[in-house]
Amino acid sequence: MAVIECKNVSIRYITGDFKSIGLKEYFVRKMTGNYHVEEFWADRNITFSLDKGDMLGIIGSNGAGKSTLLKAITGIMRPAEGSVHTEGSIAALLELASGFDNEMTVRENTYLRGAMLGYTKDFLDEKYNEIIEFAELEEFQDYLFKQLSSGMKSRLAFAIACLVDPDILILDEVLSVGDGAFQRKSGDKMKEILAGGITGMFVSHSVPAVRDVCNKILWIDHGKQIAFSDDVELYCDAYEEFLYTKKLPKNEEDVHKLAVAYQERMKALREENQEKEARKLETIIENGDKPSAVKTAIRILRKNHPEALNEEIIAEEKLD
Amino acid sequence: MKYNRTIENLKKNTFLFQQLVNRDFMQKYKRTVLGMFWSVLNPLLTLLVMRVIFTDFFGRNTAHYTIYLFSGNIVMSFFREATNNGMTSLMNNSGIIQKINVPKYLFLFSRNVSSFVNFLLTLGVYFIFCILDGITFGPHMFALVFPVICLTVLNIGVGMILSAWYIFFRDTQYLYGVFLTLLNYLSVIFYTLDRYTPEVQRRFLFNPIYCIIKYFRTVVIDGTIPSLPFHFLCAGYALFFFVVGCIMYKKYNHKFVYYL
Repeated sequence: MAVIECKNVSIRYITGDFKSIGLKEYFVRKMTGNYHVEEFWADRNITFSLDKGDMLGIIGSNGAGKSTLLKAITGIMRPAEGSVHTEGSIAALLELASGFDNEMTVRENTYLRGAMLGYTKDFLDEKYNEIIEFAELEEFQDYLFKQLSSGMKSRLAFAIACLVDPDILILDEVLSVGDGAFQRKSGDKMKEILAGGITGMFVSHSVPAVRDVCNKILWIDHGKQIAFSDDVELYCDAYEEFLYTKKLPKNEEDVHKLAVAYQERMKALREENQEKEARKLETIIENGDKPSAVKTAIRILRKNHPEALNEEIIAEEKLD
Repeated sequence: MKYNRTIENLKKNTFLFQQLVNRDFMQKYKRTVLGMFWSVLNPLLTLLVMRVIFTDFFGRNTAHYTIYLFSGNIVMSFFREATNNGMTSLMNNSGIIQKINVPKYLFLFSRNVSSFVNFLLTLGVYFIFCILDGITFGPHMFALVFPVICLTVLNIGVGMILSAWYIFFRDTQYLYGVFLTLLNYLSVIFYTLDRYTPEVQRRFLFNPIYCIIKYFRTVVIDGTIPSLPFHFLCAGYALFFFVVGCIMYKKYNHKFVYYL
């Protein structure tokens, strides 16, 4: 039984004159035939299914429809066509720092947000200290929310949202919260949750992160599904090459070609870097005045590029 | 299983509801005693002004004119406040609606609770004025529970309709402001209907707010309970608007997010 199943999901936005116009304006435009509404499909025929324990990485450039797809799965939006079926409770960590109340204290906001995420009072009473501790806001519990720094606000949002035991976890670029130390901590927390065997969806522009945690991959471009596959490495390679060349693959073969191209490009890049490094070290050996620097350079070179060391240098080294 | 889930959902929503009510109170009174005091003082000042101005025109031939005015004011200001607050309830929470899947009607209901509590405070003052004005209290006064319930349901219904409209059309707020002024004059708050023919007087019954006000005056000033058909009329208005509101929420529940 699939935990998440999306069948031919299409989501339509309406754009044009309708938004933020008043009733008066609406009637005037209707009368004069000046009322135009355009349809915009943010997602078109997205189909995939995830089993328990799967971790799906969703990749695609800006405006591909990734976040919209997540909104359909969390139930905030309803697809115009197709169906979304989910099994169990969902915790969605979309961009969460908005929607807090500035005039309320940190403590009150924590309870309010927790209630919105569907936690019970008992659960929050029990977890409250843990949340505050995780967000590192122990000294700020009775401060008004507006007195916090923006980093603190996002930390609190993250801490409340991730202290759950959901069946399905949805992450939208949330791992880039707070300073370096907190990012590491939140990353660890995510890994801990994921290790618990839950089903997850993860939107990220960081391909290495997708490679790191995902076992399935969904590639969307301008609302169209390019691929859904469990060969994460292949598609990550192809996607990275796509970001470089901006050429979309048309079929399986193209994907393989892209992946190979990426591998080759990476290899060339690596070699180039190594060469650059070797050249730099050689310069040190030839022109360096400090014997210690020269020695270190030789040691590194011997380890990484033994072929670059010629007899001359070795002889020189022996002289010292 | 399904039964359990319903119970669980109800429990979660009750907690969320409590939190939202809590927040709305906090926003409204800003943690000050004066805030609460002011919300009672405000209708009293309005009453004072009207009393001073209109007594000469209408007050001479009307028994208990202060209570007559106050009855109209208290109902009208409850309606005005609850529907105005209800109208903006979805829009003001747009940040949350776009990110978290929560039952949207809870935002509206919680706003109505804070308006209702405010109304109860004013109602207390209203009864004090009744005593001062020599109104006879009796068991018939308990009948006032009926119009209060009707008015509250009406407020929720109208609030639902307005909050949906407000999302689709941003100038709803101004148009509704104009409408409220009109309603204020049509609801027979400071004048009497004596000079009109019975035919014209009946037409005022098309106004739900007037019906509620009339119910109040009949019980408090005349000391009698209105007829049974009049009860049906009041309840009918309340239910009508409530059902229309529910249908709108049901229909547009997933459309709102596109307009925010």
